Amino acid sequence: MKATEVGKKSTTKNADDVRGKTIFFFGIVGMLLFGWIIFPLFIYEQVDQPIQFSHRTHSGDNVALKCADCHSFDKDGRFVGIPAVSKCAGCHSHTIGASGEEKRLVEDYVIKNREIPWVVYSSQPENVYFSHATHVKLGKVDCISCHFGHQYTDRLRPAMFSRISGYSLDVFGSTLFDVPSTPSTGMRMDDCAGCHSKHGFKETCIDCHK
Amino acid sequence: MSAKRAKYGMVIDVDRCTGCGACMIACAAENNVPPGPADSTDRTGITLMRIYRADNGKDFPENESVFFPVSCQQCDHHPPCVSVCPQNAVEVDAATGIVAQIPVRCLGCRYCMAACPYHARYFNWWDPVWPEGMERELNPDVSLRMRGVVEKCNLCFHRLQTAREKAAAEGRAEIIAGEYVPACVEACPAAAITFGDLLDEESEVHRLSQRGESFRLLERLGTGPKVYYTSEREWVRALAEKDPASTPGRTAATD
Repeated sequence: MKATEVGKKSTTKNADDVRGKTIFFFGIVGMLLFGWIIFPLFIYEQVDQPIQFSHRTHSGDNVALKCADCHSFDKDGRFVGIPAVSKCAGCHSHTIGASGEEKRLVEDYVIKNREIPWVVYSSQPENVYFSHATHVKLGKVDCISCHFGHQYTDRLRPAMFSRISGYSLDVFGSTLFDVPSTPSTGMRMDDCAGCHSKHGFKETCIDCHK
Repeated sequence: MSAKRAKYGMVIDVDRCTGCGACMIACAAENNVPPGPADSTDRTGITLMRIYRADNGKDFPENESVFFPVSCQQCDHHPPCVSVCPQNAVEVDAATGIVAQIPVRCLGCRYCMAACPYHARYFNWWDPVWPEGMERELNPDVSLRMRGVVEKCNLCFHRLQTAREKAAAEGRAEIIAGEYVPACVEACPAAAITFGDLLDEESEVHRLSQRGESFRLLERLGTGPKVYYTSEREWVRALAEKDPASTPGRTAATD
């Protein structure tokens, strides 16, 4: 009699245990899903580029442009970044293809001589200093070492900006939960410092912070 | 990061300085120092470069004045601000010898201000406010400081960065002497400030700093400033070691 009661009790206890663990497990999973996937959708706002552009088309065999053909340095060694519309006009003074985006480029920007208000993916906080010339010209770092596969993209993805800080998601890497890997896809201080220490460069705060 | 080690410093010829204040204005404009509110004082306003006046204490015919432009003295030996900072917001850059402050790292405790024997550090009592239109003149190479942090002269480090970047684009690892000049040096109409690498024995700044007429402020403290002053006048050189507390009246530090 007593033994049966004990047995019954322990069965209910086991069932409770399993149920508790299941709830706990799903709770954790739900929390992670919320934190990693749903919450970022709330705090990051998507901003579309004003016009579409295919890096693949321009760097492919037909056109075969090199990165530096458009993304150049000025005479002081400053990196120009995104080229001015006059650069586009060098080839696209009138429509030469069939794409609607190109038609828009020519009609809305080239003919009207208006700059394209590109959305920059990689803007760093105001107090960060970075020199492309030092890395590319002196350090002989390839563009693709940091801008992985950018030249093969067909479309410009929407930029993601934090509603709280205003920083681009690209600074933190391709996703919010970018686990440090080699090579890291982010542009955080750890990413800079990781590469610097790997190549034996010692820096002080003011080398990169202003 | 540069391969060659340098020790940037300057020699200020106080016999040439007329006290015009061009260096102060150039410094403020270069480093995005906002004009203080109307009720700010010489204690609460920000003057990373500041001119102090002193005289020989004599009456009219014999009276003589001297002006000392004083910025961060770039202490070479145990800078007091570095050792007291709980945030590591200031450190000596080994490659250049520059005592470099990162205002964004500062928590505003102002311990460094108490430690600095030269009163070369300033606290931001207000968020920067720019008169209409002036915000368009801001220097993009220098970040703005918010209320509640301390700042000081970094010897226009951003100008060194610009010079390095230009050198890098031309494939040079080193900058050429003269490519990097702080704003105050450039602005001085009397050419009273000589700037350069003190380690470079060929340089003018090294030669001037070694002259017998050259001296540094409060040398007895052993902080080894990299800002030298030079004067032919004996009483001016004596001012550098004067303790303001022991001499009531007009001194170099109170005017």
